[in-house]
Amino acid sequence: MNHVKRWYESIGKILNKTDPNMPAILILFSIVALFSIVFAIGLGPVSVTPSNVIKILLSRIPFLTDYIAMTWEQLDENIVWGLRFPRVLLGMMVGASLAMTGTAMQALVRNHLADPFILGVSSGAAATATLGMLFGVFAFLGTYALSISAFLGAAMTIILVYSISRVKGRINITQLLLSGVAISMIMDGITKMITLSAPNALGLHNAAFWMSGSLAGAKWAYLTLPFVTTIICMVILMLNYRALNALLLGDETAGTLGINVRRIQKMLVLVSSLLAGTTIAVSGAIGFVGLMVPHITRLLVGGDHKRVFPVCALLGGILVVWVDVAARMVIAPAELPLGVLTAVFGGPFFIWLLKKNTKV
Amino acid sequence: MRLKVSDLSFAYYDKNIIEDICLNVSRGDFVGIIGPNGSGKSTVLKNLYRALNPDSGAAELDGEDLYQMSYKKSAAKLGVVGQENFVPFDFKVEEIVAMGRSPHKKLFDGDSARDKEIVMQSLAQIGMQDMAKRNYLHLSGGEKQRVLLARVLAQQTDFLILDEPTNHLDIYYQLQIFDLVKSLGVTVLSAIHDLNIAALYCNRLYVLKEGRISRTGTPEEILTPEIIYEVYGIRADVRLHPVTGKISITFLPGSLNLAQQ
Repeated sequence: MNHVKRWYESIGKILNKTDPNMPAILILFSIVALFSIVFAIGLGPVSVTPSNVIKILLSRIPFLTDYIAMTWEQLDENIVWGLRFPRVLLGMMVGASLAMTGTAMQALVRNHLADPFILGVSSGAAATATLGMLFGVFAFLGTYALSISAFLGAAMTIILVYSISRVKGRINITQLLLSGVAISMIMDGITKMITLSAPNALGLHNAAFWMSGSLAGAKWAYLTLPFVTTIICMVILMLNYRALNALLLGDETAGTLGINVRRIQKMLVLVSSLLAGTTIAVSGAIGFVGLMVPHITRLLVGGDHKRVFPVCALLGGILVVWVDVAARMVIAPAELPLGVLTAVFGGPFFIWLLKKNTKV
Repeated sequence: MRLKVSDLSFAYYDKNIIEDICLNVSRGDFVGIIGPNGSGKSTVLKNLYRALNPDSGAAELDGEDLYQMSYKKSAAKLGVVGQENFVPFDFKVEEIVAMGRSPHKKLFDGDSARDKEIVMQSLAQIGMQDMAKRNYLHLSGGEKQRVLLARVLAQQTDFLILDEPTNHLDIYYQLQIFDLVKSLGVTVLSAIHDLNIAALYCNRLYVLKEGRISRTGTPEEILTPEIIYEVYGIRADVRLHPVTGKISITFLPGSLNLAQQ
């Protein structure tokens, strides 16, 4: 018991909001993330033991291949390397990217109720993505047509919602949430219209995918673009942490602290759209991750963006990986869409935040 | 001349219009802007700290066009305590104060030991060093106001623009903050609500009435019963106070039925 207590205390010391020990927190969550990856790869309709997962992964490192005895079956290797590993990695990236999008959008509108799903950005990205996919509207953009079309939809929606909810230079929260609802309904309607009038039978199936969000289609080839985008956006956001902090004090104050407010706002719109667009292109609309994770992160390490971004990226990744495990376990061998699960417990979280918010 | 404002005009939607504002602030001046509610004091200041852009007119800070400067450059010269003090997320007091260091930081700079020292020093100046780790959201209105002043102190500018900085404070903190600002020896331009405070600290006053500068001069020249009546529509008894040697104003409310002087 003593042992457990001491352990608990040392965790408490690391996760101390008034003076968080950042290196320890980052190491702790990185370890949790690594464990999550290994365990999540093993879990599913066909289970693979963690030790076999580790061996299979290590055997792929060119230099180590010869030293690892093959104690697993070829089927396991196919599942681990071909299906689950890219899927889990994609989950990590999608989670990190959604959490960062949420944080960036919350800084932009100065409110912690912002999230790409709630404000209709996911729906906007899905609408243009379906348009691109079914009618080849953006085919001239080549391999990345899907991601770029999703990005365009996301950017369009953010700008629309942002300008509708800005009343006399301030973001009005009622206006923000209601315009988010309206825009996402319009966009969902457009998505349905596009899919129902689609020239091929794939339409309905794909629309369902965009609207419910899933990692089931993960392939190695899907990983590169979201990975590169997530890293670049994270670097940009981290470099501008002072500006984002200052922005929370209000546009006027941020200006007096030497921040070019217009430029930062444009940067935030661009970065959020890039993150949301590339993520949604590979995973569909996964809601509430961008709402819950930044909030939990701030409870752990406070509001300073220098600390929020790395921690929320790790937490977001871990959360999505485990929710995805649940998504493929709950009704195995069939699968639940990931977005359905995040909505089921993200919705109540949002309501709780809303209630809490109105009390202040 | 540190700040030279000429013919500044600004229309704010359909209200609070300021027109042809001309204003000069010299090095070391403590200049007050007084005037009734809605006369445009905040609007003038907002145009000068670049929260608003004027429709016409010009402003020069240290001989340079204020509106052509980068925000970083103007923020390194000009510290501001405005009226925004709401922060939507959890921040510690010391983190809010540390934001004052932003204009001195380049893109890749971290917080140096020197920055931390400046932050703690600024908190000590307003007597809040014990509250460095407290959550800003849990402070009282007056404490928040003082933290924002500490943020401006950490900015280390030699020119301050203050928009009624003692708005939420009791008289102890009002005097503490103005004493502190005065002791810094920096150039100050402040909107001031309380005429007695203006008389105690300012060496020059601008009177704003319906968006225009109606008069300017020393407190002795401006704070006369006639001008106070003209601007605010109230009667006042004005004397040179024997202890402070400054103008002291006693307002004479109508309900006392005092005989006309």
